Formats: sequence, structure tokens, C-alpha cells
Amino acid sequence: MLTANNLKEYLNEIEDALENDFQRKTLDTFAVAYRTGRANAFAGIDIQTLVKEIASSKDASIARMDALFKEFKKKAEALGVHVHLAKDAHEANEIIADIARKNSCQNIVKAKSMTAEETHLNTHLEKEGLRVVETDLGEWIIQLRNEPPSHMVLPAIHLSRYQVADVFEEVTKKKQDSNVHKLVKVARRELRKEYVQADMGVTGANFAVAETGSLGLVTNEGNARLVTTLPRVHVALVGLEKLTPNLRDALLILKALPRNATGQQITSYVSWITGPNECDSAPDKKKIMHIVFLDNGRRKLSRDKNFSQILRCIRCGACANVCPVYRLVGGHKYGYVYIGAVGLVMTYFFHGRDKAKLLVQNCVNCGACKEVCAAGIDLPGLIKDIHAKIQDEDGHPPKSRLLAMVMKNRRLFHTLLKNMRFAQLPFADKESRYVRHLPSIFMKGQDFRKLPILARKPFRDQWKDIKPVVVRPELKVALFSGCAVDFIYPEQMTAAVKVISRGRSIAQDHPDKQTCCGLPALMMGEKKTAREVARQNLEAFDPEGVDYIVSLCASCASHLKHNYPKLLAEDKKLSNQLKAFTDKIIDFSSFVRDVMRISPMLFKQSGQKVGYHSPCHLCRGLEVREAPRANLSMTHNYVPTDEEEVCCGFGGSYSLNFPAVSRTLLAKKMANLVAGGISAVATDCPGCVMQIRGGMARDGKDIQVKHVAELMAERLK
Amino acid sequence: MQNKLVETFTRKAEAVSAVVKKIKNLQDAFDYTVSICTDKEACQMLMSGCDLPVSDSAGRLCELKPGEKIIAAPDLDDKNMEQLKTLAEKQGIILISRGLREYVAGIDIGLAIADLGLAETGTLVLISSSEDLRLATMLSEINIMVLPLSRMRAGSYEASDELSAMVNNGSNYLSFITGASRTADIERVLALGVHGPLELHILLWEDV
Repeated sequence: MLTANNLKEYLNEIEDALENDFQRKTLDTFAVAYRTGRANAFAGIDIQTLVKEIASSKDASIARMDALFKEFKKKAEALGVHVHLAKDAHEANEIIADIARKNSCQNIVKAKSMTAEETHLNTHLEKEGLRVVETDLGEWIIQLRNEPPSHMVLPAIHLSRYQVADVFEEVTKKKQDSNVHKLVKVARRELRKEYVQADMGVTGANFAVAETGSLGLVTNEGNARLVTTLPRVHVALVGLEKLTPNLRDALLILKALPRNATGQQITSYVSWITGPNECDSAPDKKKIMHIVFLDNGRRKLSRDKNFSQILRCIRCGACANVCPVYRLVGGHKYGYVYIGAVGLVMTYFFHGRDKAKLLVQNCVNCGACKEVCAAGIDLPGLIKDIHAKIQDEDGHPPKSRLLAMVMKNRRLFHTLLKNMRFAQLPFADKESRYVRHLPSIFMKGQDFRKLPILARKPFRDQWKDIKPVVVRPELKVALFSGCAVDFIYPEQMTAAVKVISRGRSIAQDHPDKQTCCGLPALMMGEKKTAREVARQNLEAFDPEGVDYIVSLCASCASHLKHNYPKLLAEDKKLSNQLKAFTDKIIDFSSFVRDVMRISPMLFKQSGQKVGYHSPCHLCRGLEVREAPRANLSMTHNYVPTDEEEVCCGFGGSYSLNFPAVSRTLLAKKMANLVAGGISAVATDCPGCVMQIRGGMARDGKDIQVKHVAELMAERLK
Repeated sequence: MQNKLVETFTRKAEAVSAVVKKIKNLQDAFDYTVSICTDKEACQMLMSGCDLPVSDSAGRLCELKPGEKIIAAPDLDDKNMEQLKTLAEKQGIILISRGLREYVAGIDIGLAIADLGLAETGTLVLISSSEDLRLATMLSEINIMVLPLSRMRAGSYEASDELSAMVNNGSNYLSFITGASRTADIERVLALGVHGPLELHILLWEDV
């Protein structure tokens, strides 16, 4: 659970987490194994269609939340269930404590429930003098350690068998073996006795089926079955978003839940409990059953056009499994109660701005969570939206306010960028390639990679001299360079122009009034500015007059294509122009391979071993995977390396704000590349070039890092 | 079609470490159950934790167990019950059918007949509104389930009408059971039998 009060404390906690070798190793192994496990579990299933179906089914349920609740209540009450609706966490806890009091319950056994974690139910019940024992193995372990879960599905993943054995020694007052299977059996026997003496069982629910008034519980251990069977009272605490109209909709979600969570086709047990069942220890031999639905902001959220999508979450935890930041820092530093990408967003709504404001900044925006989400939630987008919302509510920090102000004024912005070179030069190395040193106020923790010196002449100022003349163009292309290519690496665009000009009758243009794509503003929570520069770019380009808009920067391209429609959604009169613009955005590698259909005959094969780093915003943002590798194979000997699609840690301003995470991600990336025995690395994003090249230079590694366009241009015959 | 479903079901169930066998009639199921129980050392063989250092209070629970082995079979009709009882008694095994909550310390074998099989995931569907039937599949160390092949379906989605009808029938408790009770909560090491059965045996009854 995050305890830091400010960014500085948070950064220190992150540094500490990075020192936790056991957790790092466990999460590394898990991240790799999860990918294979998930792929196997979904074999033969069209995941994209399934995700779309789940999203639309959940959306429909969320829109009818109140009606479904009414229907459920009517049905369940007719069967003899007591149905409650709690407006917030405190009320839910009070209701449950009251049920215990009225039924003279003393001993409570609990099955795993994230909703109960959300309301801090155990703490409340214990204050009331009740004894609460978690029965899910992982939950029991962390309860004994007095810790929150560090993962939604694997709550004790941060602990080693030795730590578990220590805890069990305290419970049993006997020496324990660290053999996992033995520890599991000790838990089996210790917890059996808890079921025997329990008079109340508390569970959550994965589904609440309105049509039949049924609860659906998905478990592997089978503890929820015992919890709902042996004690005479059963209380289920259920978030309103768990309501589905019928069993079929629940079964649809069940198709994805275990597969996405743990790579299982289905969990060992799924229980559908409808009404009070036979219970030998209850009066009349019938279970006393209460269902407490939790609002806690859900009803309001269900009416929010944008944020209502987080209510689609099926609590599979996959967004943590694939998150490169989670993998490094672990769940206790990557969430409050709910962890992972969805946790960053939920924390704001369920636990408040104060708990969320540091967390939402710790997203590298690699899009891995969005790609894996079973409910198609735009997690990185929502994280940025929350960040912006918090800044609107709390006030924007001076750094981001300044950036926003400057960026809105293109001329000022570009003049400043050009002049930055002169500010950098006193600190430059001999070749004026990298910043040698900077005053420490700018550089705290930044020396893990060398930072580049800005180019002598930005691409925009070179354009009129290098623009190829095409008399009768058959294809018109506009180039979008983006700040990094324009001002730091103009040679990348020069290379691209060279390659493109080998195509037949392709006219190229570089509209002078183009400006920053606006992603950095969005990353810093400056949504208004992001919107303003989007308008400026739309105006700078004449999308009707060109066939394609080519970018060398995967981040710019994916932002232009996917975020502009969201940013400018309200601008109805721009909609035609916007559509023409976004339809024409294409990355360099795809343009060369798919549009130009460039011939390998144009190139001289080098035979040189070259690795590839797949930029987040290319492979996931634009879903481009084959084109760059095919291009590279035309000119060099492309050697695949491990985890090509995992983020290099750049993330724009992210690497400046969270240098420790960025540094560690980069170290992993470089280790994987170096292991490939390559002499150069290609990628399709100037940001990734900056990060990886800077890291290689810092470590004195003799591996060149270049844009695919450069490596292609070098091999032109 | 049926063969293919059976093949898929078997593959999927075995993938989650269930034991799958074919039987011709219920008599085979009783023979199998008694023979498994006879060969099984009470508590020991499956390492359900008898020899492990548990707390004194958890240890006392074990003393509730009678010395003999126990088979629980709550949903058999009188004739079948009698048949199984004769077989069990010959081996000194106690057969029980009700009051299972008195046996929380452990039941050697729980025997039940599944209501549906879902081939897609190797899942058994059991209407377990009866507390004893529910407990037989939870408290036992080995859960033996008979699945009549006439009740085999492709998957939960294909069977959703039947499942809906089962759920929409007054108060009830419907269970999907796939493999044994499992956890990976300690260092992601897969361990079977954390709360429920340590083994699941599925007997495919060729009733068609």
C-alpha cells in the first residue's frame, strides 16, 4: 500500500523496491511465463472479438446498473435473501457488522474479495471485536503479516517460501519446513478448524446475475465453497458493477477471466449460488443470506461518459502482469488497494485524489495494459485523464504550466528549442554529441544514459535544400517529423526522404507550420495544451491534398492517429478534416513496405547482425510488427532478441520524473540486446533511439543505435 | 461428434491433473471407488498434512476422525447405496450419506454423479443444493465423479440454456468443478489440495 506523501518520498520508496531482488526475480519470471500461459489458454479463441463482446456487454450492464440492481433485489428477496445497498465503504462495513451482531456471530471466515479490501472490511470488523480469518491461502498469509495484497489474483506474490514458513511458525508454534507443498498442507489443516468454528462466512462475488438473483464465485482453492457452506450466515459484499443481466453474459466474461488472469482455461471451481441453501447449522436448516451491494461512487461513475469504462474491469489482474513498471516495483508501490494500471485509475475514484496523485504519474505509457485488458479498457488514456483531472483540481505544477504555455505558441516553442543548443554547448562533449555534464539540479539520477545535444540545424530549416523535385507526382506524402526528429535527429528524416525518393513519382512535403504532436503535454496532464496543438497540426497539414502523412516517430504517429479523435471529439466542425488526417497517418516502416512496396534490389545487403527494438507505440499503438523487421532483413542480418516489445523505459518526460524505473528498464533492454551478439540496433522511434543510444554510450558499448530509416538509407545502392 | 467431445473433455481434464477412466455401469464405479479407497492409506498417502507440524488446536481436529476409512456418497438411491455398502463393508470401509459436516477433519472419498460435462474445459457441473452433496466434493481427499456420457456438452456457452434452467429453480447451489483444489499462492508453485480434494477422478459412464 502506497504510503508516500510526496513525489520525493515515492521515488525513495521506488528505489527501495528496486533493491528487492527476490521480488524482482519473481515478477520477472512471472511476466515471461504469463505471456506464454495466456497465449496457450486463448489458443483457438478470437481474443479481439471476445474482448469487444465483453466490453459491450459490460457497457450495457453499467448503463442499466440501477435497473439491474432492482431486478436482482426483487428476485433474490423472493427467495429469502436480505439485499442491501451501501452508499459507501463505511456504510457497507456497518451493515456487515450489524448482521454479525444481530445473528450473534463471533467468528468470521472470509473468501478473497477485492471489494472487501476496498472497504477495509477486516479492520472494521476487528474493531467491533469480531474474529476474522482469511481462507484464501495468499490472503491468509498477508493477513497474518498485516499487509495489503500486492496483486489482485496473487496477493502474496511478493513473498518467498521462507517468509511464509516464518509466518506459519508463529501461527503453529512449531518449526516449519520451507517446502511449498508442505506449507500448503499446513494451511489446509490450520484453516479447516477455522471453518468448523465459524458462524459467518463473508465472500465477494465475480458476478451478480439479475435475472435469477444468483452470485457467481470464481476460485481455485475451493475455500469460497466451504465459506459459503459451513457457517450458518453468508454475507456477500458485491460492487454494483458485478451485475449482469443473465447467466449467459456472466459465462461470456468467465471465458476470459481465468485465461487472462492466470492462463487457466477455467478455475477449479465456479459456484453459482441462488438464494439461501440447505445449511445444517442454521435455524430451519436454511442459510441466513445477506447480499450487500456497494455503490461507493459506482453509480455516479456509471454515468460518466469516459471514466465509466473502468467499471468494465473483471479483476483479472492482467494489466499488472504485463506492466513493465509493476514488474520492477511490485504491487505495494503500484497501487493503493487496487493495483496495476486499473488500480491507478480506481484509486482516484474509490480512495481519493490524495492516494492517487503520485501513482498516476508513474505510468510509462507503453500501452501493454491496454493491449491485454479483457474488457478493452483504454487504461493508459484514463491514467492520463486522471492525471489531468487531478492537476485541474489541485493546481498545475509550475513545470507543467510552463511547458503548456510555451508549447501553445509554436514560434516561441521552436525558437526556444533552437536556442537550447546554445545553452547545452558549454556542457557538451568534444564531438558535441552528448551532454557531458549538467548542473545537478537538472541531472539528479539522470546520468544512467547520455543525453544528446540538439542538432546544429533542425530538419525544418534543412527542408528547402533537400526537398526532392518530382515533376508529375503519382503519390503525395506529407512528412510529420515531431520535435525529437526535427530538433535532435534531423538525419533520421533526411535518411527517410532519401529512401522514399527511390519510390516512383512520390512528392514529399514537410509543412512548415507543424508543431509538437502534443503527447508530452498529455503526459504531463496538460490536456488543454494537447488539444490546442492538435488543432494547430490539423491546420498545418492539408489532409485532403495528400495521400499519406508519414512519421518516423511511433509515439507521434500513434498519438496523432488515436488520441486526436479523443482530444478533438467535441470539435464537431473539425470532424471531417480530423478523419482525413488520422486516416492518412502511417509510420515509415509500413509506408516503405506496404505502400511503396520497396524492392530489396535497391539495397546492398550488409550481412551485419542487427537487433530490433519494437517501440511501444509502434507494436501496440499502431499494431505494426512485421514491416520494420522485414525492412531490416532486406538490408542487414536481423537477429531477434528477447523481449523486443518490452518498453525501453523512455516514455518522454517519464524518464525525467522516474529515473530509477527508466534506468532499470533500460538496463534490461540493453542486456537483452547485448546478449544477441549484434553490432547495431534498429528501432522506429527517436525517443527509443535517444534512450538506448544514450545507455549504450554511457556504458561504453560498441553497439550503434539507429532508426530503421537510417540503416536502410545507408545500404541504398 | 460425441467421440470428439469425449476426447476433448478427457484431454482438458487430464491437463488439470484429473484422472479420467471409462466405465460401463455404476457397478464399475462402485468397484473403482472401493478399490481406490482400499489402496489408500488414510491421510498418509496423499500427504493431506497428517504428519506435519500444525498447531495443537488444528491437530485436535484430526482426533475427531474415526480410525476407519470413510466413503461419502450422498446422492445414491437406496438400491445403489446398498450395493456400494456391501462392497465397502467387505473392506472395512464406512459408507456415509448424510451429516457430513461432522466429518470436517476429513473424508477419504467423496462419490457423486455429475449433472453435465463441459468438454471445452474438462468441467463437471453438479447441482449441489444438498449440503451433504456439496461437502462430499469439498471435504474428501479424493473426489470421484461419475459423468454419464449422455450428459456431455461442448461448453458452458453451448449449454447455457440448460445451465440457466438449473440456476433458475428456486434456491440452489450449482458447482462447476475442474480438476482438484489448487493454489499457486506461494512463489507461484502449483500445489493441489489446498482446501478441497487432493485428487479428482472422473469416471465416464457409457450410458448411451
